[in-house]
Amino acid sequence: MNLLTLSWKYLSFRPLSTGLNAILLAFGLAIITVLLLVQHQFEQKMTRDAAGIDLVVGAKGSPLQLILASVYHIDFPTGNIKMEEAQRISRNRLVKQVIPLAMGDNMQGFRIVGTNHDYLSLYEVSFTAGKTWEFPFEVTLGASAAQALGLKLGDTFTGSHGISVGSHDHDQQQFKVTGILAPTGKVVDRLVLTSIESVWYTHDEQGEESIATEEVEMPLEEGTSHEEEVHDAHSAFMDPLKVPVAAQGFPTSNQEREVTSLLLRYRNPMAAIQLPQMINSATSMQAASPAFELARLFELLGVGISLLQGLAIALVIIAGLSIFIALYNSLKERKYDLAILRTLGASRLQLVTLVFLEGISLTTLGALLGIALGHGFLAIVVELTAQEVVTLVDPWVFLPEEGLIFGYALAVGMLASLIPAWSAYQTSIAKQLTKT
Amino acid sequence: MLLQTTSLRFAYPGQAPISFPDISLAGGEALLLLGQSGSGKTTLLNLLSGLLTPSQGSVVLDGVNLSALKGHRLDLFRGQHIGIVFQKPHLITALSVKQNLELAQFFGKKKGLAPSDLLQDLGLAAKATAAVGTLSEGEAQRVSIARALVNSPKLILADEPTSSLDDLHAQRVVQLLKSQAAKIGAALVIVTHDQRVKSEVSQVLEVKSA
Repeated sequence: MNLLTLSWKYLSFRPLSTGLNAILLAFGLAIITVLLLVQHQFEQKMTRDAAGIDLVVGAKGSPLQLILASVYHIDFPTGNIKMEEAQRISRNRLVKQVIPLAMGDNMQGFRIVGTNHDYLSLYEVSFTAGKTWEFPFEVTLGASAAQALGLKLGDTFTGSHGISVGSHDHDQQQFKVTGILAPTGKVVDRLVLTSIESVWYTHDEQGEESIATEEVEMPLEEGTSHEEEVHDAHSAFMDPLKVPVAAQGFPTSNQEREVTSLLLRYRNPMAAIQLPQMINSATSMQAASPAFELARLFELLGVGISLLQGLAIALVIIAGLSIFIALYNSLKERKYDLAILRTLGASRLQLVTLVFLEGISLTTLGALLGIALGHGFLAIVVELTAQEVVTLVDPWVFLPEEGLIFGYALAVGMLASLIPAWSAYQTSIAKQLTKT
Repeated sequence: MLLQTTSLRFAYPGQAPISFPDISLAGGEALLLLGQSGSGKTTLLNLLSGLLTPSQGSVVLDGVNLSALKGHRLDLFRGQHIGIVFQKPHLITALSVKQNLELAQFFGKKKGLAPSDLLQDLGLAAKATAAVGTLSEGEAQRVSIARALVNSPKLILADEPTSSLDDLHAQRVVQLLKSQAAKIGAALVIVTHDQRVKSEVSQVLEVKSA
């Protein structure tokens, strides 16, 4: 028997009141936990995903949308840009490197992104199996995409048009998995990567140009008119599916081609001043800086986060008041108990400690519950939304800031116990015991 | 003498002071304090236990003057050397029977009697792990006696210990107090106006309002 067990006995003797107060506090602290995790991980992951990208160039529209679509692959692209124009930018002396991206298809919600091998170096990937794509329609899968789609090396699949699930399938061509990436914790985990050529040829299926569909194993389901056109095309060109794709820079094409956007790296600091302005005013494209747009995004999110934080603080304060009232009331009923404890040899200080221990045990319980609730809630949300922005968040990361939550809980416990402890200190035993 | 009081006086604020007759008791002796209600019996008991400080006079228990002890030292002295049985059992309801006894030993910082042995002695062995709320009035009062005895005190004070008990239990409680006090060599003071107790104790002291 000691003061801690005694305080626990008192708490567990009133399970309803104790439970209610712990849960009330836990809700407030759970919101704070979720906010901490989401804010921290979003900022960290978004900043990491944008590392090495100084500027994103794409079709005119919302700059934030361009960044979200091209860097994080979570929003719709603003449109396509002419490759010729894009190539002109890449030849600018202020540009160190350009990685072109071609988007427009998905595989069960995982975006198929056409790019070159520089994109893989940008995110410093390593392979768990296979190697990079070398011919059209060879793909490399990000770790989580491979796991979710259940695809292995050598498997084939068809993509669907559009960047979200539900559109029509491109059943002319089958993609073949030639590489699977190791998990990086970055955006590439969720992508299906291939060459820009693959994306082009997929969309060429209307039949007007170069693709030779008869060379593919998959039988054609379309009518004969299509086949005729294909034969025409075949007679004019060499089979493009046998030509290795471009590993760096832009692929070559004898036609007018488009890409979706460019990830661009500056050659020197001067570029940051001149290049965006030049692109925005002198071309039909727009340039957006990830750093700037991210700062703007966090600012926008900040309003919502502040609101939720306010709610959480209000909940914690209410919980604190409720714990105070519970302690105060139970202490009123227990004045006699306190007097008895004194006659058994307890000092005033021990009684004060007892009251504080009770308050602090209760809030510690609330803190543990709150942190568990916060992580659990995030885990459920992440589990339920397989392909959204929230999947960026890992619910089982524990931040040192969560120690602060214990700090808050401790402070609430101390504050709530202050007045009851004082009244326990003041209790006159003789007066209490002679009262009937 | 184990317990010796000399010319005790106590005054509640705004009231006339009460004077108490001197008490001197040896170990193993029992004393009955009688008096009208309002005569100051309980006040005297509180003075004996150090819960109230006399305005004049002294209480000396086993050579220690209670008035000389202050703060926690007085609390600890009381926990170790004085066992108090109240009119109502006043057990800590959040704890089991045995835990109530262990609590007394924790606060008294003393290993007096083994709680299990004591409960055995008082016929409460089967109730050791029972919740206090499930005890009958008589059982609860016996537990409160066990709690007063568990630190093997030098002085046992009982304030109307039988008033809420039936004849059988009242007699049993008084017998228990007497036999246990004799067993550990403690002085026993019982405050009562219960006729059933008077026949059990030979030494009687009448407290009268001054």
